[in-house]
Amino acid sequence: MKDMVEIRWHGRGGQGAKTASLLLADAAFNTGKYVQGFPEYGPERMGAPITAYNRISSERCTVHSNIYYPDYVVVVDETLISAVDVTAGLKADGAIVINSGKSPEEIRPLLKGYEGKVCTIDAGKISEEELGKNFPNTPMLAAIVKVSGIVEPEAFVKDMEASFHHKFASKPHVIDGNMRALKRSMEEVKIG
Amino acid sequence: MSHLAKDMTAEVTWKEITPGCNIFEGATASVIETGDWRTMKPIIDMDKCKQCLLCAPVCPDMSIPVVDGKRGEFDYFYCKGCGICANVCPFNAITMVKDEK
Amino acid sequence: MGIRERLSGNEAVAVAMRQINPDVMGAFPITPSTEIPQYFSTYVDNGQVDTEFIAVESEHSAMSTCIGAQAAGCRAVSATSSCGLCYMTEMLYVAASDRLPITLAVSCRALSGPININNDHSDAMGVRDTGWLMLFAETNQEVYDNYLQAMRIGEAVELPIMICQDGFITSHAIENIELVEDDKVKAFVGEYNPKHYLLNKDEPMAVGAYATPTYYMEAKRQQAQAMIDAKDVIRKVGAEFGEMTGRTYGLIEKYMMDDAEEAIVIIGSSAGTAKAAINELRAEGKKVGLIKIRSFRPFPSEDIAEALKNVKAFAVMDKDDSFNAHCGPIYAEVCAALFSNGVVGPKGINYIYGLGGRDVRIESIKTVYAELDKIVETGCTGETYRYLEVRE
Repeated sequence: MKDMVEIRWHGRGGQGAKTASLLLADAAFNTGKYVQGFPEYGPERMGAPITAYNRISSERCTVHSNIYYPDYVVVVDETLISAVDVTAGLKADGAIVINSGKSPEEIRPLLKGYEGKVCTIDAGKISEEELGKNFPNTPMLAAIVKVSGIVEPEAFVKDMEASFHHKFASKPHVIDGNMRALKRSMEEVKIG
Repeated sequence: MSHLAKDMTAEVTWKEITPGCNIFEGATASVIETGDWRTMKPIIDMDKCKQCLLCAPVCPDMSIPVVDGKRGEFDYFYCKGCGICANVCPFNAITMVKDEK
Repeated sequence: MGIRERLSGNEAVAVAMRQINPDVMGAFPITPSTEIPQYFSTYVDNGQVDTEFIAVESEHSAMSTCIGAQAAGCRAVSATSSCGLCYMTEMLYVAASDRLPITLAVSCRALSGPININNDHSDAMGVRDTGWLMLFAETNQEVYDNYLQAMRIGEAVELPIMICQDGFITSHAIENIELVEDDKVKAFVGEYNPKHYLLNKDEPMAVGAYATPTYYMEAKRQQAQAMIDAKDVIRKVGAEFGEMTGRTYGLIEKYMMDDAEEAIVIIGSSAGTAKAAINELRAEGKKVGLIKIRSFRPFPSEDIAEALKNVKAFAVMDKDDSFNAHCGPIYAEVCAALFSNGVVGPKGINYIYGLGGRDVRIESIKTVYAELDKIVETGCTGETYRYLEVRE
């Protein structure tokens, strides 16, 4: 991993992109990294495009601006590709991870000539099958971890399991579903 | 540094004044003379006074001392000369006169 | 060795409050400081603190509650932002003049209008003359550390203290933080032993006096002295905090100032972004530095004059405009500090920047240094009252 990795999340209000960015910060923090996790705030409304950010580094990062030249971009809602310039500033040696049932080859033509890695994961489908509801953020989190290597995958899975046990202490049945969604996503993410 | 109300006079310096001009003792009305705000003062004619005591409760300050059920002379330390006592007296025992200082 | 954690700035303040366990919190929610009373009320509900949490109907009442509680002899705290701080203003003056060391966390946010929820310093700067001590933080760590020092400072000089951070930028951003252990916090902050308080049965007391012209000015001069005395107290408490944590604080922080020819004076989270810009410019061989103001009240006039006396040019960054057709508040005070300390050599300009959440990037700061380059080169400041990165 580079000294500093910058990630930009695109989602729609209510989909959990901000939560996913905070979970990623947690996962990286637990492996000893310095982290920043922050959303770009505005008048919050369900369905409006929102952006969240992560900086993950081995030294404390003092910068407090948004991220304009990310190493990775995560798109939690496929429909944003046409609405938002999701690859703006994205580094060519980086990658974009999109929640979509399509293949990277099908998606690439929609990305304004982006030349880096294009990855897709059907987070919606995985979530529906494993959790019975469309909560794409857990599979998306797993996919970006897999693609970026920010956190060593085994440590990540362990850490998330502990975190789910803590978070869902009162509804343990959700834990297994989340863990299956996590692992499936890491296996099924298509890197193109 | 004194924090007593009696020492908060027009001579007190900024180093000695109480923080925020707060007061750190009770019953300071008995320390600070307010009777000198008066221009008129009530005089009682004890010969006309029937000790009906209508005057004592209407005094807004504590200028009419009552001892053993009887009012005494005015306590001019507190009296601001409002004249309510003279107004309520049914026997014209109280007269307001100019306060000559 | 502290506790390694990752928290948002608001969480960090709430944790500091929990560790201190104040007697009373009077608070009313407003974005972006809402989370502070929200997290703290959870601690109250869980029994982790025995604070009396008083939910009020406005910020005016929140501050009134704190005034009553602190005058009674309690440690009182609150949190607010933006218009909430404005609405408190009347009572802020009362808290300061009654010499009540209340602690107020401010997650700074722009003022209406246009309506905006994002960060700038117009709320805090608007109440800069209320007589409160004001510390500003660059990071979550600093807002936490400042909060732990707040009561020691405020109570020593009997003045209320505002602990300011940048709304959303630090208040809602998760970052690494090193927490101090609970027992160490308790020992460092200590007990509150006011000289005079309303619930002292042995000393009746009247608070909130009327003062005629004969007395008012003496009271104000005494209040001014407390602010002057606070400079040494802030340094002393900052040094003692450093002995405990390794993080020492003063009135200002200097970054790369030893040989700096160009400097910016800045406050809050953008100082961190500016440090990154300086690192890049230094790598190009440019002698640039930064002065970050931690204590805005009291204003560190001597420290700033000393730090700036040898630079060729400086820019003061104001995240607020005074709308005086002239300059922002920090520029005015920096220039007054230089002039009254006999420093007239450096050429200075003022940038109004980052209003209403306008993002401040490394490139933004580099633009400022590029302008300072021109001033050094030509010896001419041009217009000193400037807006940074506004569309022309």
